[in-house]
Amino acid sequence: MIGRTTVADRVRPSGPLGSPAPAGTGRRCYAGRIRRGAIASTDLTAPLLRPRGECVIPASTIPADGPPADGVPAVELRGITKRFPGVVANHDIDITVRRGTVHALIGENGAGKSTLMKILYGMQKPDEGTITIDGERVSPSSPADAIRNGIGMVHQHFMLADNLTVRENIVLGAERAYGIGARSRRRIMEISDAYGLDIRPDVLVEEIGVADRQRVEILKVLYRGARTLILDEPTAVLVPQEVDALFANLRELKAEGLTVIFISHKLGEVLSVADDITVIRRGTTVASVVPAETSPGELAELMVGSELPVPDTGESTVTDEPVLTVSGLHLSGTDTEGTLREVLTDIDFTIHRGEILGIAGVEGNGQAELVEAVMGIRTPDGGRIELAGEDISRVGTRTRREAGVGYIPEDRHRHGLLLNAPLWENRMLGHVTERPNSRGGRLTIGDARRDTERIVAEHDVRTPGIDVTAASLSGGNQQKLIFGREMSHDPKVLIAAHPTRGVDVGAQSQIWDQIRRARARGLAVLLISADLDELIGLSDTLRVMYRGRLVAEADPATITPEELGTAMTGATAGGADSAGPADDQGATAPDPASGTGAEHDGRTDGGAR
Amino acid sequence: MTTSPRTWQPLRRIDREKLLLGFAAPALALATAFVIISLVMSLTGQNPFLAFQIMGDYGTKADSQVWIINKAIPYYLSAVAVAIGFRMNLFNIGVDGQYQVAAFFAAAVGGYLTFSGTLRIPFILLTAMAVGAIWAGIAGFLKATRGVSEVISTIMLNAIGGALIGYLLHDGRLAERTQNIVHTPYLPESTMFFTIQTDAGRIYGTIVIAIVAGLAYWYLLGRTRFGFDLRSVGESESAARAGGVSVKRMVITAMVLSGAMAGLVGMPTLLNDSGTFGNNFPGGIGFMGIAIALLGRNHAVGMAFAALLWAFLERTGGRLNFEGYNQEIVGVMQGIIVLSVVIAYELVRRWGLRRQQRMVGAQLAARAAATPAAVGAPVPMEKPPATTPGATGDRRAGQNGSDDPTDPEVP
Repeated sequence: MIGRTTVADRVRPSGPLGSPAPAGTGRRCYAGRIRRGAIASTDLTAPLLRPRGECVIPASTIPADGPPADGVPAVELRGITKRFPGVVANHDIDITVRRGTVHALIGENGAGKSTLMKILYGMQKPDEGTITIDGERVSPSSPADAIRNGIGMVHQHFMLADNLTVRENIVLGAERAYGIGARSRRRIMEISDAYGLDIRPDVLVEEIGVADRQRVEILKVLYRGARTLILDEPTAVLVPQEVDALFANLRELKAEGLTVIFISHKLGEVLSVADDITVIRRGTTVASVVPAETSPGELAELMVGSELPVPDTGESTVTDEPVLTVSGLHLSGTDTEGTLREVLTDIDFTIHRGEILGIAGVEGNGQAELVEAVMGIRTPDGGRIELAGEDISRVGTRTRREAGVGYIPEDRHRHGLLLNAPLWENRMLGHVTERPNSRGGRLTIGDARRDTERIVAEHDVRTPGIDVTAASLSGGNQQKLIFGREMSHDPKVLIAAHPTRGVDVGAQSQIWDQIRRARARGLAVLLISADLDELIGLSDTLRVMYRGRLVAEADPATITPEELGTAMTGATAGGADSAGPADDQGATAPDPASGTGAEHDGRTDGGAR
Repeated sequence: MTTSPRTWQPLRRIDREKLLLGFAAPALALATAFVIISLVMSLTGQNPFLAFQIMGDYGTKADSQVWIINKAIPYYLSAVAVAIGFRMNLFNIGVDGQYQVAAFFAAAVGGYLTFSGTLRIPFILLTAMAVGAIWAGIAGFLKATRGVSEVISTIMLNAIGGALIGYLLHDGRLAERTQNIVHTPYLPESTMFFTIQTDAGRIYGTIVIAIVAGLAYWYLLGRTRFGFDLRSVGESESAARAGGVSVKRMVITAMVLSGAMAGLVGMPTLLNDSGTFGNNFPGGIGFMGIAIALLGRNHAVGMAFAALLWAFLERTGGRLNFEGYNQEIVGVMQGIIVLSVVIAYELVRRWGLRRQQRMVGAQLAARAAATPAAVGAPVPMEKPPATTPGATGDRRAGQNGSDDPTDPEVP
């Protein structure tokens, strides 16, 4: 108890974060908001943003193309704060959703979108703040409560019973509304016709496809009387044509006066369907924009933000001695539909001693799969992976790690730690066959413990001891422990996926420093990140990944976060007004330092669209 | 509260903490069980306190003690077999079938052995372990290659094992008949295990096997590389895989080891008591092993106490019946004890985790306060990791329901 209050007292007034939200104004100033989220100096970001940094008109007064709002917003969230023991998942969230609009909520994974929607849907109770629905203050305490308030949610993972028909699935749990007989069927068909959902009520759910299931889920929510729909990453499971159909449905809903809250991180889609966009970063709302006045690049930048100025990497330490060479890597996987899709196509790159290769890209474009293929967790269909001239494509993960591949996984809780085990056991994870963890088949626990003490001291892991469980450390300290562990085995190459995600700023700069120092000693690093400043600041070479391909190459010395953000969206894939920036991006000179053949795919890809 | 970076004091405190939690759980569990049992007995119109007294008096008599120890030997072996699976989040519910098939073949082989001498006993033991390992290995293989749940396959293998024994345990096949009992040929006297003579009776020499098994279990899982791999798969399959453990191979190996251990379960009865496998060979010990492993928290010593407790309850249950109580009350007691233990441990574990997080947070806050130049860091915006719903069967192992390991804020 003491700990929690002490911490809270300490942190809240310490920075600009603690300052109360500009109450009541509903006004959002782009540049100002950026400052709020920024921690230290905004020197780096300020000049970048100022040209576009004019204040955006308050959402409620925007003259939009949608049906005229009657003044009372459908949903109004004010000052929502949610704390979990030791962490704040949301703070000072302010969102106004106008009735009859599609309101997009965008932000990186872990930014706090889901927690916020759980609060609105009654699955979590906020610690502070108010929820107003149609002008009425509510505090939903359960999803049933939220549905009574007219809020319905379509989850990313459908919640349908395969062995029941569509109608049975819709009626299930809402039998009271229209009974279970002919009346319910009539009502289903009414809704289906009204919104063009094209539902076949008597088909078994197992016989219909993903897009149909999604429409069933939407109808399910409407059947229960929802006036505001929350769609959680609805396009994640759809192919492009299905996405278009879904958007058509959403426009129908909107036309009938319903409100849709659309959670996504696909910028192109958001721009094409949303009337208003709210960006969430690090648990708070950082900007509200209208699609007409923004671009994918700008949105990407808002999403990932610019937390700290990154000093540049200094002297180049790149040598011409290749450490990790990946050539012709192919990987295909089956999606939820069971169809085979290319996940990675023709991946070629070489990382030299002392070089950091950064891979930029919107998440879900194959970065995670690339990392897993290099680590030997996934088996690629073809291609070759060489570590210092030795082919490691066919050997297992453990052999690769022993050969000198260090790994900082993207999801440290699932892949990097044993949460319920003490720190010294976590120090062994992944390196149990190596000294000081074992000799022969025997664990040398004493040595491992001593070495854990060393890591804790050298890498400034803030912990009272090495017998506490990994779960009780904060994210930053967990990451420092993982980083220290990987660096303790003198890796030749470090695969670092989002090394500073969910990490507080202090730990972030420590990790950056240590990566730089290791690079100076000759470490080769494959850096995957969604933080553009991190990528630009650390990398010697930058590649952009889009739909499983490395589509563009950029020189971190000259590229700006804006340009990179544009390239990440697949140049003009969003169909928005980004032709100009895309060309700029294509024009950036390929890095002459890189030994690999320069690719201009970024440009051709952009042109083809 | 110390503010200097790292002293021994906090470490010790965490250790003391661990000890406290270690005792808090069983104490809470037994107290709860005691209360609930008393309530149940009172409700059924029986005097619980008299019953406890009878049990205490009778269970501590010398001959009872010998009986209890002998009974606990197979229980313990069975619990260890189950625990090997539990440590890896595998639910080997088929120990029952494994030990019966193993004991049957060991008895048959022993009965028909023609060579004599000291090698016979090791040969019988090895046969039992090999048969048990194969029987469990089938389930492991199916899980690793085809993704068949080991819960389903081992249950089915129990039934198949029963049928196999039923077929072979037939006059003229591998068995002979003495009156109503069909059984394998008796082992010669020289093949029987030694016993320890006491005033109150003979203690089975197979207790040595149980002790060795317990030590091997503790050493293999706690002190070897292999054991670490096995436990890490149990804690987090994804983290183990990323760490280079071949999860499939580990599934097969763990099932084989569990089955080999299960193969020994029938040995105390075979080598110290019956000398034969007949249709009256004791069954159901595999299922008791599950309860005992839960009760002993998969801990080598904890399971020994649990096995003794179980044997104690069985011994005194008969006495209660004699004194006019319903013998079924013993089954009720066993059930209540297992439930209390599982619930109490989970509660104490969660409480301990929260407490630890608070302590870590408090200490770091104090330390940060002592260093005024602390960074005005923002609150780390992490979502608490969602609880990953594990298979319920696995979760019952009580291993590590990963519930919100939320991070204390550390500036």
